Amino acid sequence: MGAISSFSDLDRYREKISSSTIEDIPRVLICFGTGCQANGSVKVAEEFERIIKDKGLKIGVDVGLKSTGCHGYCENGPLVAIKPKDILYLRVKPKDVAEIVEKSIEGDDVVERLLYKDVNTKEVIEKYQSIPFYKHQQRIALRNIGEIDPTSIDDYILRGGYSALVKALQMEPGEVVSEIEKSGLRGRGGGGFPAGRKWSSCRNTDGDVRYVICNGDEGDPGAFMDRSTMEGDPHSIIEGMIIGAYAIGSNHGYIYVRDEYPLAIKNLQTAIDSAREMGFLGRNILGTDFDFDIKISRGGGAFVCGESSALMRSIEGKVGEPRAKYIRSVEKGLYDKPTVLNNVETWANVPVIIKNGAEWYSQFGTENSKGTKVFSLVGKVNNTGLVEVPMGITIRELVYDIGGGIPKGKKFKAVQTGGPSGGCIPESLIDLQIDFDSLTEAGSMMGSGGIIVMDEDTCMVDVAKYFISFLVEESCGKCTPCREGLRRMLEILTDITEGRGKEGDIELLEELCDVLKWGALCGLGTSAANPVLTTIRYFRDEYEAHIRDKKCPAGVCQALITYRIDPEKCTGCMVCARKCPQQCISGEKRMPHTIDTERCIRCGICKEVCPFDAVIVE
Amino acid sequence: MAVDINKIDEIISSHERSEESLLSILQSFQRELNYVPEEGIKRLSESFGVPESRIFAMATFYKALSLVPRGRHTIKVCMGTACHLKGGGLILEAIERELGVERSGTTKDMRFSLETVNCVGACAMAPVVVVDNEYHGHASPSNVHNILKKYE
Repeated sequence: MGAISSFSDLDRYREKISSSTIEDIPRVLICFGTGCQANGSVKVAEEFERIIKDKGLKIGVDVGLKSTGCHGYCENGPLVAIKPKDILYLRVKPKDVAEIVEKSIEGDDVVERLLYKDVNTKEVIEKYQSIPFYKHQQRIALRNIGEIDPTSIDDYILRGGYSALVKALQMEPGEVVSEIEKSGLRGRGGGGFPAGRKWSSCRNTDGDVRYVICNGDEGDPGAFMDRSTMEGDPHSIIEGMIIGAYAIGSNHGYIYVRDEYPLAIKNLQTAIDSAREMGFLGRNILGTDFDFDIKISRGGGAFVCGESSALMRSIEGKVGEPRAKYIRSVEKGLYDKPTVLNNVETWANVPVIIKNGAEWYSQFGTENSKGTKVFSLVGKVNNTGLVEVPMGITIRELVYDIGGGIPKGKKFKAVQTGGPSGGCIPESLIDLQIDFDSLTEAGSMMGSGGIIVMDEDTCMVDVAKYFISFLVEESCGKCTPCREGLRRMLEILTDITEGRGKEGDIELLEELCDVLKWGALCGLGTSAANPVLTTIRYFRDEYEAHIRDKKCPAGVCQALITYRIDPEKCTGCMVCARKCPQQCISGEKRMPHTIDTERCIRCGICKEVCPFDAVIVE
Repeated sequence: MAVDINKIDEIISSHERSEESLLSILQSFQRELNYVPEEGIKRLSESFGVPESRIFAMATFYKALSLVPRGRHTIKVCMGTACHLKGGGLILEAIERELGVERSGTTKDMRFSLETVNCVGACAMAPVVVVDNEYHGHASPSNVHNILKKYE
């Protein structure tokens, strides 16, 4: 038994740490998410520490300094928030730190050049709640991320953490299940299966041993909300799992994390260890007779392991191949025992629902999709990052109000949702309200919540080919429609993008899609047709242009395009000629240059380096 | 290359003796020895009483594992959707040209292994190249050389 051995202990403990808390002094919160770390936030934090100490100020007494999880606005990292004034500084470099300390911590001023500046209106905004990217958000699953130090259990407890567990342990397990059922929470991993119904089926299955699993194998390319939660608020997942385990009568839990997320594994392990020390995990949790513990299982870099039955095989120490769906994992899951598997975001929602009640939660969202959803808004959009909004928001609101529109004044073309299992939704459906059912109706799916924005420079045939080649690589090879069907589809798509497309190809693709849909064994295969079907459904003319005119209207497919220099714009600066790896650009200094298209490998470097935008792709 | 049997045994014995540990032992081989050596599979099979074929199946199934030694530095070019849209493919080609190896290859001097990865979850910085554990965002074909030059 740990430090907290009864329900009232938690309140006493919280009171004790809140008296020594730093909530009232000025605080610096530095984002330590993967994106901001890559942009140098560790150096920024060190500089803050150095300067604060140099000034004779005591960290934790005069000034608070915290490294937090991902604030979501990764595009503009490293992000630094100053509390309690709520100033948000973007793209902070170590050389800016002294000025920030002087003006915003010691003084009452701001460093204007580091504030948010709207790309369209040029308006400068100081408070983070007023920045359009944050203004429209409703943060429930992400409630603590960016506010707390993920390695500190005290930070989590101070924000009300583990009080949902105390509440749940005083309820009957069945009541906990029905609370989740009433809330309308649907699984955030992609399928959208009602979480409460899953729990209740598992609870009602006979068995001596039951398992709860957290699926942290976030494999959909373009989605990183689960990484952010595991890194930035690991205790919310752990608390959710403990509550779930209590509700279904399980003593063993697993968190399966993908290999590509080392920081998530580290922070989760730290959190599990401190939860165990405190007495939230282990034997006789909080003085009750309920025992539960969690193990981390690290993935091996296989996309198919995000599929629940494959994931369970992988935990067992086997090759991660899925099995047929008629065996339900709530009856026979891990080691053939009744198992509840939910994804990271689903688990992180559980404590808030128990704490605030099902009714509170179900006020957000649409009729059949309750609550909020975290989306990763990426691709050709001005403000990229993680956003949490109520279900039912329209694509237009996401892309324009929160995302700030498309860069360089380009035209919006489509959004891709649901990763390789999803599809592309065209501009004509821009006012579609996003929820589980509307996306499925449009031929796509929610998936884990990646929203990839595409502009006029995106070739939809290339996008379809991209996803199919992704899936060819990730197909486990167990069933024929997926193993063979995807390969044939890739061949056809490659032919189309390389100028060898012929009449009848589109129809053949549709036929293969049909076989996959009905014949594949697991979710990876049955949904694999979506990227092709939606692009054919909404962008058939682009397929036809490739096949009939041997042209790529978006200028992407390398075999169908040529690079040319516009003699009107070219100043003869020679930058492209020097950078060309083929040395196939020639011309006199200060005279328009030309590209030898025979030798050109279409690497795109000339277009990238040209300061005058003189390289044209046709 | 001589395989350090002691190291192999040390890795095996530092894990719990349960089949659940198989994947994580193979990952430790990969991390500490830079690949999964044949000898490692044999010792693991003997010590756990699991057929070699099953361990071999795992070693070839999971992408994070390699049966041949990898270079001193691993380059992962992100091929996630956001990176793809922003030219990840052109970056891969540029690195292939720069190093003279193809995807999944290792340079002759063992300096680099080149791999692609399906998404590193740093989409806001697309396109991304990860070398060892360092993220390089907003990469472009023309700055590939600069990214790689500091790794010896």
